[in-house]
Order: sequence, then structure tokens, then C-alpha cells
Amino acid sequence: MQTIVEFQNICKEYPGVVANNNVSFKIIKQSIHAILGENGAGKSTLVKILYGHVKPDKGQIIINTDLATINSPNMAQSLGINMVFQHFSLFESLTVAENLILGMSEKISLSKLNLKSETICNKYGFNLNLNSPISSLSVGQRQSVEIVRSLLNNPKILIMDEPTSVLTPEEINKLFKIIKKLVADGLTVIFISHKLEEIINISDHVTIMRNGKVVSNLNTKNEDPESLGYKMLGYKVSITKQTNNVNYLENVLSLNNLSSYSQDPFTTNLNKINFNLKKGQIFGIAGVAGNGQKELMEILLNENDFEFKGDIIFKNININKLSTFQRKSLSISYVTEQRLGHSAVPEMSLSENILLSMSHKSDFKKGDFINFDKINSYANDVIKNFNVDTPSFNVKAGKLSGGNLQKFIIGREIMSNPELLILSQPTWGIDAGSEAFIKKSLIELSQRGVSIIIISHDLDELLEVCHNISVLYEGSLSKSLNVENIDITKLGKYMGGLFD
Amino acid sequence: MVYLINIKLREDYSNLIFYLSPLVAVFLTLFFGSFIFLILDLSPFESFKIFFISPISNSYGISELFVKATPLAIIALGLSYCFKNNIYNIGAEGQLTMGAIFGGGIGLLFNDSTSIFLLPLMILFGAIGGAFWATIPALLKTKFNTNEILTSLMLTYVALFILDYFVVGPWKDPAGYGLPKSMPFPDAGRLPVLFDGLRIHIGLYFAIIICFISYIVYNKTLFGFKLRVSGFSSKASQYAGFKYKNLIFYTFIISGACAGLAGLFEVSGPIGLLYRDISPNYGFTAIIVAFLGRLNPIGIILSSLLIALTYLGAEDAQLFLKIPSAVGFVFQGLVLFFLLGTDFLNKYKVSIS
Repeated sequence: MQTIVEFQNICKEYPGVVANNNVSFKIIKQSIHAILGENGAGKSTLVKILYGHVKPDKGQIIINTDLATINSPNMAQSLGINMVFQHFSLFESLTVAENLILGMSEKISLSKLNLKSETICNKYGFNLNLNSPISSLSVGQRQSVEIVRSLLNNPKILIMDEPTSVLTPEEINKLFKIIKKLVADGLTVIFISHKLEEIINISDHVTIMRNGKVVSNLNTKNEDPESLGYKMLGYKVSITKQTNNVNYLENVLSLNNLSSYSQDPFTTNLNKINFNLKKGQIFGIAGVAGNGQKELMEILLNENDFEFKGDIIFKNININKLSTFQRKSLSISYVTEQRLGHSAVPEMSLSENILLSMSHKSDFKKGDFINFDKINSYANDVIKNFNVDTPSFNVKAGKLSGGNLQKFIIGREIMSNPELLILSQPTWGIDAGSEAFIKKSLIELSQRGVSIIIISHDLDELLEVCHNISVLYEGSLSKSLNVENIDITKLGKYMGGLFD
Repeated sequence: MVYLINIKLREDYSNLIFYLSPLVAVFLTLFFGSFIFLILDLSPFESFKIFFISPISNSYGISELFVKATPLAIIALGLSYCFKNNIYNIGAEGQLTMGAIFGGGIGLLFNDSTSIFLLPLMILFGAIGGAFWATIPALLKTKFNTNEILTSLMLTYVALFILDYFVVGPWKDPAGYGLPKSMPFPDAGRLPVLFDGLRIHIGLYFAIIICFISYIVYNKTLFGFKLRVSGFSSKASQYAGFKYKNLIFYTFIISGACAGLAGLFEVSGPIGLLYRDISPNYGFTAIIVAFLGRLNPIGIILSSLLIALTYLGAEDAQLFLKIPSAVGFVFQGLVLFFLLGTDFLNKYKVSIS
């Protein structure tokens, strides 16, 4: 077994955090090597160092048997190292082929490139039409474009940063098949994830990182998800089990025949959506991204007067025409999918971000003036009650890590005593500790009689916290399934659009 | 070997440097400005003395500095509302002109009045005129999604032609030897000066009051908060439930009213009547003043004094150094250029690999 990459004593410090602390381990050629850790454990920094994106303060990298200096991604690519980022960098209005040629470091004609790409697609089973614009592709297909783009550079080592976070279970299976085939053909894959089961399924070796340090190097086949999770977190995550104390007599929100008819080719039209949300119920809306989640959220939030037919009834009031502000005043709270620049302003302090969502409440105002004492103390309470790791409420929201900011945002909404809380992707891209905390908070909130709607692509999350789940597929909503005695095969059928 | 210029957003972008960069820009302007004088075969040291020191070496000069700084500050304070909200109103010159037409029109209409109410009425109409002219781009933007940069700029030229029409047409002074100017305003319509013999006028008080109010609005009120949120992210502003379209109107009206006030102060203060060239581009220069002052009310007061100095310096330079007064605009341009440059380098890291 030949070593292809060896990290030796890599150190990297950012102001206030040690991202990598003496990281040393080896990666075996032609294997799938997973790096597991919470967000902030230092795994992204480490691979960015390997990819030449970040310069280490100390330490060295051995590629094959040679000491490598990697000062830029270009140099990494010339050493055969390529990376597929978590956030794609594709030009939406250009076609697949045009995006591919933009990623090439050497000059190549479009026809040659097409031929080469076709070969790769056919060989590994990527289902791509080279002439379609990126904007028409699903998230999974976009990822395929990114992977093909990397493969065109004939890499020896492919780094994949959280590649499954945006994919459906089916897409994940497909991706794993492709990865295994690539490895069989000689590639070495470095796979970053915080999903335990996946790592068990796909990897040969796993390096677990915590607080910038390597805590263990393991052979995956000797492990199970629990043992990995324990080593990753350093403690066992305890999840409050959802109990069923929903009041089925009291309707909080009803959607009656909600449909939308947009001419915009990039929106999904909703098709007669009906559901009733009861008091204290957590209702999950599952489904693959791009099946109408964005449009449903638009209608529930009403930021842009998105046009629709049908009725939204909140506690016997028709709120069709009510603005976001009026809906908030009726004690409906929202947590949007995008944290920075939507449900929080990164350039503003945490206390100002309290006011952002609470300006409809009179306690935060003195006439036209801001009641700073009040927003500061509210921010302090959120920081304390929701374990937000920050020195003060004066810190700018953009300085917080994803998980901390999300805890802050959700805490802000929960503490305003909503009757209905609507969340989109509440735990997307955050660390496992924050994720567990948020799930627990939501469960407790529902037990206090608050109704919750969660729109999420993460089925595991929904199964864990929701009472009922429906699937959104091409703008239609399936029947709701009770989670307690859920039929997984039926759920799977719903996810694929086979409603009964 | 291929050289690539990498431009990367800095994560730890410095607030301190953000507020210091105007000083850096001024320093760079002086440094590179000295080359201009060298090329013209003038001693940079002597030239700077004539340009920046001698204009304010006596009480008349200091009064003139405030005469120029007052309109610049008032307009720039108004513009800061738009700019903070990411609305680019660059038509302040037109709004200034409309303020002069509206307010000045009142002065001409009641040209035999001796009432103490004439001047307040003119001031009111000056503000209304400017605000009215600014609502047009606001309306076009909110109704038809037109670009306010274009519409506000184009309306500037419309306003200038309207002024032209009045001073060569209906409002032309019959006793004015056919010159394109109006009758002088009655004494009751003239802005009181602060000191006898100097031109410095009570517009200065307005500038200070507007500065103070703006400071309170930006830092203490919900309205100021809404402006800042919308300036950072329109999506966050929608999430908060702020009515973005209303904010566009309010900010245009405020900045238009300020520009209109400044226009009225010019015609009822130093000038005393309406004619073609009432403003040496105050409306455009105020854009530089606003950004040089970091959209901060106190910063704007300071930067208005500095830019006013370039106007005075240019006049003295023309007299004593025999160089065109356009040198003043060159200096204004240099300041803006270096300010944008320092801001860019503060926000982004540039490296060559």
C-alpha cells in the first residue's frame, strides 16, 4: 500500500482560532479517505491547504515521495490535485460545455473538449446534456458538472468537500457508485463529511478531527456510525425524543388549494396544495430542491407579492393579502434558508439583527426611536439561552460560524413567542452540535403548543423531529405520513413522485 | 510564466482604515498634485500655499470658505440618505436648480413684499421644488424599475433648461439690458448674513442643524435603521417587512429637499437673483463630499470644508499662478479617485502570482 499524500505537522492559525494544530496523517493511494468532523473542526482548512488555497503557518505536505510546495490551486492542479467545492462556482447562464472549457488550465478546442467530456460522462454514468444551460440543471446535475470539470484535468487526487449535503438519497447512491468506479480506475478520493452513515458506506479510511487536531485515524470497516459519532463529538448527542401531544382539534394554519401560475421558466408552479397544521404539530415538507419549496416559502412569507390562487387561513383569518410585516404581527415567525443577507445582515451587530426581525413589536421602539437597552438585553438572552458562542452582542453577525448564527436566528424567533414558526433548511451546512441543539429546541417549542413547518431536503432531520411529513414533488404535495409508524418504502415512492 | 492578478475579498476588512482612508486619499492627492505643478513649471510648495493656505488667511477668506461649504454640506447630507440606502441619486444639481426656480419664483412673485414671511416661504418652496424634482426618478424607479442614475442625471439638464427658459423668457428683468437674468429679489427675500461685510449667511445654521438631525436619524431611529438594512441587503429588508419602495421615496424626497434648500440659499444669499449659472456644479461635487465624508454627518461637514477649499484655491490659482481654475476640478477628481482606490484596497486584497 503506497502513500500518496502525507500531511506533516500542519499548523494554521486564524485570529482567535487555531484551525489546524499539528495535523499529521497519511492517505493511501487509490483509496477513499474520509475526513470527519464538526463544522469548525478544521477539515476544510486542511484540504484548502492541500489545494493551495490557504497557506499553512507551519508543516509540510509530501506528495508521493516528494516534498510539495503548493502555493496556488494552479500548482495543486499541476500536481494532479483537484477539488470539488461545497458551493459550486458555475456560470448560470452558460451551457455545461462552456462551463467546462472555462475550467481547463490548458488550451483545448470546444469539439475536442466535448468529445472528452462525453467519454467521461459515458464511462462513469454522469447524465449530462452538454448543451443545456446550468440554470436549467438540478443541484445534483450541477455537482456532476463540477466533478466532470475536475476529471477533465486528469487528477490523481480528488478532494470532495461535503459533496452529499445537497443531494437526495438516490443521488447520493449514484454519486457513491461513481466515486467507487473512479477509485477502481486509480483515483484517490478525499471525502469530507459530517454524516456518519455515509462515511461508513463509502470510505476505506477515516480521519476524525476535533478542534483543529486529529483525534483518530481509523479503518472504516471496524467502525459503526455510533462509534464514529462518539469520537467526532467527544460526547454522545442526546436527542429529546419527540412525543405526540398534538392537539388535533385546533387548526392553526390551513392551505386550501394553493396554486401558482408563473411564466418564469425558473420557477416551479404549485399545484393545489392542501394541508392543515394543528396546534403543537411539527409538519415536515420533504422533497428534492427545486420542486416548489422556494415558491411555497415565497407564498408563506409574502415578500414579493408572489401571485397565487387559493387561500391561506391562519387561525380563522384569511392572510392571503397580508404583508410580511402584518403576518409577523400576527405572531408568525420565519427562518429563511439563506442566513447571511436574508434572515440576518452580516454587516450588522447581533443586537441590530434582533431589531431586524422584531421591528413589528412595540417594546423595541420608543416612538420612532430604537430602544437599545431592550434589543441588547434580548440579544443577550438569546445568546445565553441558545448557547451562541460569541463574546458580545456587539459582534457583527457575519463573524459567527454558520451553526452559531443559525442558533442565534432560531433563538431570536423562538423567544418572540410565535404561534407558528416556519423554517426552511434549518440545519443546512451547520455543525452536528448546533444541529442537535436546534432540533431539541424545536421539539421543546412544539411541546409548548407552538406549531412548526419545516421545509427541508434532509429526510433524516425531518424523521427525527416531525410529527407528520409530506413530500413536495413538481409542485404537488403528497398525503401526509405519520412519522411514528412511517412506511419508509411509501415515503421513498413519494420522494420519487409516485403519489397514491 | 503567466502572471495573474488575484483580487480577493478581505475577511478582516478594517473599520479603522475605512475612516482613515479619506486622509490617505487627501495625502495622495497632494503628493500627485505636486507633480501637476512641477509639470507646469511651478514650485509645488509655493503653489500649494496659494492653493490651500492663502485663500483662508483672512476673515473674508474664511467666510468665503463657509459660503462654498454650506451648499456642499447641505446637499451631501441629503445625498447620504440615498447613498446609505444604495440609491444613486446623482441629480442633485437639477434638484438644486428646481429649488432655486420654485423658491426664487416666490421671491419674484412678491417682489414688492416687505413681509418677514417672504423668506420662510421662499425657503419652503425651495425645499418643495427640489423634493418635487426628486420624486420623478423615485416614481420611475418604483413603478417602472428604471435606473435612477440615468433618470436623475437626465432630469438635471431638463431643470437647467427650464431655468434658462425663465430667465430669458417670462422672468427676464425688463431693466436688465436684455441680459438673461431676473429682477433682484426684494430685501425681505434675501438671506441674512452673519457678519456685516461678509457673505457668510444663515444657511450655515441649516447645515449644522441638518447634520445634527441626520446624526440622530442614522444612529437612534428606526427609519435610519431601515435605511442601513436596505443598503446592506434588500432581501433582509424584505424579510424584516420594511417597505422598500417607500424608503426609496423618502430618501429621494429628503435629498431633493436638501438640494432644493441649497439652491434657494444660493440665489437668495450670495447671488440675489436668478440667472443661468447659479451653481458651480455644487450638486455634482456634493457626491464627492458625501463619499469623502463616509456618509457620516460629521464627516460630511469636514469634507465639505476641504472641497470648498479647492474651489477657493482654484480661484486664487487662476489669479496668482495664471493657471485655469479647472485645476480645482482636477483636485476634486484626484481626491475621489484616490478615495475609491483606497476603499477598494481596503476591501480587497490584490496580489500577483
